Amino acid sequence: MTMQGAWAAIGRLDDIPRRGARCVTSPLGRIAVFRTMDDKVFATEDRCPHKGGPLSQGIVHGGSVTCPLHSQVIALDTGLVQGPDEGRVRTFPVRVGADGALEILLEAEAFREAAE
Amino acid sequence: MTQKLVVVGNGMAPGRMLEHLFELAPDAFEVTIFNAEPRVNYDRIMLSPVLSGEKSFEDIVIHGDGWYVSHGVTLHKGHRVVAIDRAAKTVTSDKGITAPYDHLVIATGSTPFIPPVPGHTLPGVLAYRDLDDVDAMILAAQSRAKAVVIGGGLLGLEAAAGLRAQGLEVTVLHLMPTLMERQLDPAAGFLLQRALEKRGIEVICNANTEEVLGTTHVEGVKLKDGRVIPASLVVMAVGIRPSAGLAKDAGLAVGRGIHVDDQLVTSDESISALGECVELDGRVYGLVAPLYQMAEVAARRLAGQPAEGFRHSDTPTKLKVTGINLYSVGDFADAPDREEIVLRDASAGVYKRLVVKDNRILGAVLYGETADGGWFGDLLKKGTDIAEMRDTLIFGQSYQGGSPLDPMAAVAALGDDAEICGCNGVCKGKITSTITTKGLTTLDDVRAHTKASASCGSCTGLVEQLMSVTLGSAFNPNAVKPMCGCTTLGHGDVRRLIKAKGLKSIPAVMQELEWTTSCGCAKCRPALNYYLLADWPGEYQDDKQSRFINERVHANIQKDGTYSVVPRMWGGMTSSAELRAIADVVDKFAIPAVKCTGGQRIDMLGVKKEDLPAVWADLNAAGMVSGAAYAKGLRTVKTCVGTDWCRFGTQDSTGLGIRLEKFMWGSWTPAKLKMAVSGCPRNCAEATCKDIGVICVDSGYDIHFAGAAGLDIHGTQVLCHVDTEDEAVVVIAALTQLYREQGHYLERIYKWLKRVGMDSIRAAVVDDLEKRQAYFERFVFSQQFAQVDPWAERASKGVASHEFKPMAEIGFREAAE
Ligand code: SRM
Ligand SMILES: Cc1cc2nc3c(=O)[nH]c(=O)nc-3n(C[C@H](O)[C@H](O)[C@H](O)COP(=O)(O)OP(=O)(O)OC[C@H]3O[C@@H](n4cnc5c(N)ncnc54)[C@H](O)[C@@H]3O)c2cc1C
Ligand code: SF4
Ligand code: FES
Repeated sequence: MTMQGAWAAIGRLDDIPRRGARCVTSPLGRIAVFRTMDDKVFATEDRCPHKGGPLSQGIVHGGSVTCPLHSQVIALDTGLVQGPDEGRVRTFPVRVGADGALEILLEAEAFREAAE
Repeated sequence: MTQKLVVVGNGMAPGRMLEHLFELAPDAFEVTIFNAEPRVNYDRIMLSPVLSGEKSFEDIVIHGDGWYVSHGVTLHKGHRVVAIDRAAKTVTSDKGITAPYDHLVIATGSTPFIPPVPGHTLPGVLAYRDLDDVDAMILAAQSRAKAVVIGGGLLGLEAAAGLRAQGLEVTVLHLMPTLMERQLDPAAGFLLQRALEKRGIEVICNANTEEVLGTTHVEGVKLKDGRVIPASLVVMAVGIRPSAGLAKDAGLAVGRGIHVDDQLVTSDESISALGECVELDGRVYGLVAPLYQMAEVAARRLAGQPAEGFRHSDTPTKLKVTGINLYSVGDFADAPDREEIVLRDASAGVYKRLVVKDNRILGAVLYGETADGGWFGDLLKKGTDIAEMRDTLIFGQSYQGGSPLDPMAAVAALGDDAEICGCNGVCKGKITSTITTKGLTTLDDVRAHTKASASCGSCTGLVEQLMSVTLGSAFNPNAVKPMCGCTTLGHGDVRRLIKAKGLKSIPAVMQELEWTTSCGCAKCRPALNYYLLADWPGEYQDDKQSRFINERVHANIQKDGTYSVVPRMWGGMTSSAELRAIADVVDKFAIPAVKCTGGQRIDMLGVKKEDLPAVWADLNAAGMVSGAAYAKGLRTVKTCVGTDWCRFGTQDSTGLGIRLEKFMWGSWTPAKLKMAVSGCPRNCAEATCKDIGVICVDSGYDIHFAGAAGLDIHGTQVLCHVDTEDEAVVVIAALTQLYREQGHYLERIYKWLKRVGMDSIRAAVVDDLEKRQAYFERFVFSQQFAQVDPWAERASKGVASHEFKPMAEIGFREAAE
């Protein structure tokens, strides 16, 4: 085991609908992977900072998602809850290969904790 | 030095007087009020909207409890003053409180006159004067009584319309040959009668009541000609009498009412009287406009700033029955030296008549179209010579002086002393100057500062036009609430423009209507998706990414991220096979909770998302489809057992419910749509709190709508009665289609009704059979694209399969290496 995280393959861009999301299970729990209208991809923990709503089930608009449970709006790049509400969801780096392959970087630090 | 002011009665007249007094001389008096009614001062004239359900009591309170506290007023609620001791200068209430006064104001209003026919004291005989009467009527309406209203004047007709709106069968008995004969001539009375009959109110003129029948409770009314009209509620609205007994017992000069001079002082210097209880120059009053004038005069005198005394002028009459426009002012009896000018438009139901003598207007009656009422009233009040405009006078103000004016220009052309608000006697100059000096920009501000349009509200349109004239573009009467932060347009405009510009996709709407965001937000996208789906059936492709998760996966998300599944049970009927299939599914997928819903079906809660397609496949196999418990669309149709089983059933309510659900399932609507069919007026399916409800009766089907029992509670209103089941289905589908085409997203039927008005709905789906048919056909057309079971598509056809399984599963090894 290395201390650096590794990029893990999670599928292809076209697996996710535009303005939609899919999830990926991981030892860290569920991760939501979003695709915006202009084909940017973001990944966050699939747990709303408010009351744990599954963000992957929300409505994606611009660079944000609206949580399906109580409609807090979360910026996908920073994970910050927008507007008057407060909170932040964990985000993970994702890269899109030239051929549309998606890879996610989960931090090793966190994995070690999870694996121990 | 503070003096003690005691007021007897807490009605509209003294309430207004105190407002003026506190403005003119805030600290001059320590005020004590005794009120026989156990409540604060409220807008009595708005009792009719409370009765019809359009307003609540809270909406019509004029002075809340806080007002009394902040003005240091002691209010004895529920205390009737029984004696005035003029020598000792005290009053005493029936509960034994005695209060001393330096000055006394009597404002005891009037008492309804109850004709002393046999049976008039039976339980179930009510007057129409205060909130208690309204509460009693609403209570009676809940037991679905049949009502008789005796008296076809303003009060009687408002009572009748209110009771009808509460779902009662109503008959009005009127002694005279035509309705409201004191305010209307026979032609207008006839038009009014026809309009009421169209709403299902029966009107019997020349009806002389002989007796109220019944032993322990009212059972009917017997007329002199022998006819008997069954009723379990009788409302007496034949007239009012000034309440002058207290003053008379105290030895004050009393005629029909308490005698006062033009400063509202009685025969005792330290006692004033005002309101409906007084008689001034031989006249008594029954409308608020003159009472408010009295209030001002009395307040000035008490404040030590007496001004010009009270002067009589004619007050126009308006009937506050939503959708009936009627205006009358002055004297319009025929006489040899009078001429009349009449205009009729039969197809539009318009009738106008002016009575003229020596080139001056004496009286005006307008029915159907009343916009010029204020103008005619003004000409009458000022005694303007109308010789010059004699030929075009009846067409109204906009036809005077050359080319027709638009209504805005007409308002602009009014003189500063033209009266705008009849109830509060507010003239144009006062409104415009207050707007400018106080910098007012909203209708509510203008109401608060000038009182214009703050009582019966019938001059609201005029006030808004005045605001436009005064403020120009700074005032937008329909100041629309934008749909969301992505646009400045409101729902109404967006709906209109989608049709007008033929916009058929979300990107097209956003482009053409200049959305300020690239792809909208969670508020506007679901709304646009609905509008496009409803407006272009068959052409527009549903955009799943613009739907809330529940509508995307056709199940309701729960707080822990699991889902609930509710299959349809048509009309609440089920079978052993369906129950067995549900039981099997529950066992097979270890579903943790099974519950009977409030909608007559079964909810399986706590289903894992990835199990959903398999759960549905099993339910589909047993013939069940999605119950759409998540949808802004048709939810449930509750039924009762009807003629199938019930000894009281009048029609096949279960059958009709099933038929409606099978015909209408799958349709998307602006907000959820719940229906119910009850087999008789006992209403076991609770149809009178649904979006659309049917009450079966012997003669057919009463179609109700606009109920709700969630965040707001509303009893339904009656749309119409139909004779056959087929007709019921057509009316309900047409109504639903009209709502689908007009409703704002998330606006339930009762809110839509409030916005567009009953008349426009009735005109489209009840009165005009061609229109009704067209709406019905559009509904049927769109159903062919809507009735696809979403579960089947997902369970067996792989639709939206990405929703139900993770895209990838990352194990420890992959992640860490
Ligand atoms: C399951 C059920 C409660 C039950 O256990 O009985 C229920 C459950 C929910 N109701 Fe309800 N309502 C249920 C009958 C009702 C009723 C009773 C009825 O329909 O006769 C009402 C009052 C009647 C009415 O609608 O006027 C009712 C008024 C509401 C409201 C208030 C709506 C309103 O406009 O005022 C909401 C909130 C909303 O829709 O925004 C709501 C919202 C909800 C939601 C969807 C909350 C949510 O957004 O998650 C709940 C979903 C739970 C689930 O997953 O099943 N539910 N809800 C009932 C399902 C009936 C069915 O078979 O489809
Ligand atoms: C249903 C309805 C609709 C109406 N619609 C209109 C309309 O559209 N336009 C219009 O201009 N007018 C309308 N009116 C008439 C208007 O409401 C009255 O003219 C006005 O309310 C009278 O005010 P008031 O202060 O004189 O008396 P009220 O408002 O009747 O107040 C008198 C109060 O004194 C109390 N009282 C009586 N005796 C005693 C006592 N001995 N001790 C203590 N308290 C006592 C009573 O309980 C009552 O609360 C309507 C009236 C009704 C009932
Ligand atoms: S009343 Fe309805 S919305 Fe509220 S908790 Fe119960 S089911 Fe949920
Ligand atoms: S859990 Fe996301 S807004 Fe409440």
